[in-house]
Amino acid sequence: MRFEQWLYTLPLRWRDRLRGKQVDQELGDELRDHLEQQIQVNLEKGMSKEDARRSALLALGGMTQIEQQCRDARGHNLIGNTIQDLRYGVRQLFRSPGFSVLTILCLTLGIGVNAAVFSWAEGILFRPYPAVAHQERLLALGGTARGVSGGGPISWPDFLDLQRNCTLCDALFVSKITGSTLSIGDHAEVTTGSIVSANYFDAIGVRPLLGRGFEPGEDVGNDAHPVVVISYDLWQKRFRGDPQIVGKVQRLNNIPHTIIGVTPEHFYGTFVGWAMNFWVPASMEENFESGGYKLEDRGSRWIESYERLKPGITRAQAQNEMTAIATRLEADYPATNRGRNIQLWALWQTPFNNAGTMLPTLEIMAAVVVFVLLIACANVGNLLLVRSFARRHEMSVRMATGATGGRLLRQLLTEGMILAGLGAAGGLIVAYWCRHALGLLLPARSGIAMYLPGEIDWHVMLLSAGICLMATLVLGLVPAFQARNIDLAGALKADSSSVTTARRRAWMRSGLVVFQVCLSFILLAGAVLLLESLQKIRTASPGFSTNRVVETSVSLVAAGYDDPRAKIFQDDLIERVRALPGVESAAYARLTPLDYGTYSSTPIAVDGYHPPLEEQPAVDYNQVGPAYFATLGIPLLSGREFTRADDENASLVAIVNRTMKARYWGDHDPIGRRLQVKGKWARVIGVAADSKYESIREDPKPFFYVPLLQDFVRGPALNIRTTESLQNISAALLHEVRSIDGNLALYEMITLQEQVDRSTSPQLVAVTLVSILAGLALLLAAVGLYGVMSYAVAQSMRELALRMALGAGSTDLLRLVISRGLRLTAGGVFLGAAAGLALTRLLGKLLYNVSPSDPRAFGAALAVMTITTVAACFFPGWRASRTDPARVLRD
Amino acid sequence: MSKPSDLVQGTLDMLILKIVALEAQNGWAISQRLKQISSDVLGVSDGSLYPALHKLERRGWITAQWKSSGNNRRAKFYSLTRLGRRQLETETANWNRISSAISGIVKLKEA
Repeated sequence: MRFEQWLYTLPLRWRDRLRGKQVDQELGDELRDHLEQQIQVNLEKGMSKEDARRSALLALGGMTQIEQQCRDARGHNLIGNTIQDLRYGVRQLFRSPGFSVLTILCLTLGIGVNAAVFSWAEGILFRPYPAVAHQERLLALGGTARGVSGGGPISWPDFLDLQRNCTLCDALFVSKITGSTLSIGDHAEVTTGSIVSANYFDAIGVRPLLGRGFEPGEDVGNDAHPVVVISYDLWQKRFRGDPQIVGKVQRLNNIPHTIIGVTPEHFYGTFVGWAMNFWVPASMEENFESGGYKLEDRGSRWIESYERLKPGITRAQAQNEMTAIATRLEADYPATNRGRNIQLWALWQTPFNNAGTMLPTLEIMAAVVVFVLLIACANVGNLLLVRSFARRHEMSVRMATGATGGRLLRQLLTEGMILAGLGAAGGLIVAYWCRHALGLLLPARSGIAMYLPGEIDWHVMLLSAGICLMATLVLGLVPAFQARNIDLAGALKADSSSVTTARRRAWMRSGLVVFQVCLSFILLAGAVLLLESLQKIRTASPGFSTNRVVETSVSLVAAGYDDPRAKIFQDDLIERVRALPGVESAAYARLTPLDYGTYSSTPIAVDGYHPPLEEQPAVDYNQVGPAYFATLGIPLLSGREFTRADDENASLVAIVNRTMKARYWGDHDPIGRRLQVKGKWARVIGVAADSKYESIREDPKPFFYVPLLQDFVRGPALNIRTTESLQNISAALLHEVRSIDGNLALYEMITLQEQVDRSTSPQLVAVTLVSILAGLALLLAAVGLYGVMSYAVAQSMRELALRMALGAGSTDLLRLVISRGLRLTAGGVFLGAAAGLALTRLLGKLLYNVSPSDPRAFGAALAVMTITTVAACFFPGWRASRTDPARVLRD
Repeated sequence: MSKPSDLVQGTLDMLILKIVALEAQNGWAISQRLKQISSDVLGVSDGSLYPALHKLERRGWITAQWKSSGNNRRAKFYSLTRLGRRQLETETANWNRISSAISGIVKLKEA
């Protein structure tokens, strides 16, 4: 039955759709035929020609109505109607190209910035590791110490215990960033890679493109398994895609490693921000990490690791299990693990890569782009109000000829969908263009491939589609709402609008402009606050000199130096450097302040200081050479510097900072007292001023220094205080290094100011992005203001002309228009300031030494807003001042 | 626009089917035929005829063809389909059942 029905009806449906015009014409022919026959009959009855026609029409009931009824009887043709609506909509858009282009641009901007920021959040915070399986179940794993905020690395023996005892995890794996010099042919360069556990590639579900991953056991032993997996990029760029690469030998840090595999394209490892180029098993740790062989040392915490949960396990459950294991370890190994816990973080909170540093920036950006979207929408709303007024006549005609409200609504929604759809498509293109923008904003470092991509996946698509849908509703409903109020007769009679509706519309438009000004004012204030904060950070004293001090290091580890050889080399080099012209002093240190790297940390004990039970005080320290404090310009408050005499044969000594002195010795002078470092007692010989160690924004914290020669590190950083330029000193140093050993290479040399700038780059990114968006918001608001004012001027031409006729000068009119604009702005600024005082507090994490309600920032925002208003109102005002009263009043 | 009541609407469909069942007819002829047999009683206007025709066509009960209609003009001729014939049979049967039931009730009241 059903099938047979289709047999008849399907061809009809297709015909309706494909040859709608012909079907319509046939319908007309059919009805006309009937009409003519009826007229004929009427004429034969003796009616006049005119009467015959009218009577026939009356009997039929009106051609148009019957045609419509017949069309309805043929069934509502959803697809056909939609296609018709689409065609009509596209024609409408072409009819008013200015409106269409402006609307689509506004939406593109609004949707684009949202899609871009969301794609960054997706690519950096939520799914940061391309090609890695099941990232939604991946957690970062690190250690915490009681009484110390923040998380850090764990030790290899602890990791093995966690791995053995973990029941809720699919896998636990290590991925610790490291670097290596890579010499291929005569070209040497530094590149980044990861030290990983043997289960790494299995755990993340990445299968090498060529060769194999690591086998169980390859992460056991000391220098036992010199094998390496290289990245696709490295394989292509440095090995020219050699298909026979597997099995070849490559020197990494001067140790020959066998290349056993190549990872697939678009896999960049598991470190947010930087692309990894090689992976070595943990057994090769000593070759890449300073500080010796650490796989059997439970006190050496250097591992960054991840846990992948079994399906259905929550983070809280996994955390409970980790805490339970950590408590057992604490009991079993009190000397190293007292007060230590294991902590799990969501990927976007990972403490040991760039996710954490980008998080506050992206949080702020998420809020800012919503503002921009709202401002763009207000602009679109304004455009729609004007346009719906212009289309009032069209709507009235359509309603008069029998279009139902539902049909009109569908038409308007279709038009809205076209606009929003084009806007969303444009937005995704914008997001696609911007996907690498974050990486570009961060300062480049030599040897590191920045990789902070936006990820345009279905989440981003969904968000854009959602915004698009909302925009469609707004775009369709605003004019539909306006059309509902159409007074048919009135609207058809003349194009004159009643005074009251015009006023209501003006109110709505002014309201939208006030809203825009309000939002852009908040963004401006926020941008200025961030700018102030950045300036404060960049000019804040880190506690050491930044201007005339440069920092570099020599690739001793890479060149395969052992400790005795390194000691001789380092002694030799520093003497030569001190003799260079323009060098005031020079000193080694394991780490330069604010560098990416982890300070050594040790449990300490102090005579006369009794820590609370259950707590093992641990303090970070740095290994520094003679003249370190003089070179970096860190003041010594009392006591003396380390000298060449404080070597491995002399008694152990240490210098503590001011905060450490206050915490552990109180009012007593610590000089000459004992401090236990790594289980050995050292004598305190000096107190140094506090300075910044890991971040400009950190609070003062306990810290101490030990002589480099008493806790030796190969290839430390070399700090030089000099009056020479960076280029000169770099060249001179390279010459000295090469004259000792021609095989050695210098790492990048930078000033400590550059070091500070790099460490504050997230703030720079935030400032740049917020400023750009605040600028866009301001532009959009200015466009809105301009539109409203020019429209108001056009509408009140008569009033203006009358004023002029009564003696107002052109400057008076200009002033009148601008003061109207300023009144709108004042309203917006007032609201913006009120809301801004509450909202700028959200900037807290990014602000440094700047109050979120800083009056100067709000003042600056006000000034910019005022100037913009005057600029936006000037042209409408100028036009008003050129009114020709005679002509306007006559018309 | 006079809209026929539900009863008449259903009846109208049946009448149209019945009319075109005999031979293919164009709209004008159907309207004349309808008037002949029923206009005084049912009051079917020409206005409701054409939407009904298009509805029946869309349901597959009648099918249309453009043919010459005498005095040199082409007209749309409707004829019954197999589906339509079956429909006409059911509707006629229904009608007979209902009308006999109703007349039964009416007679009951008279008695």
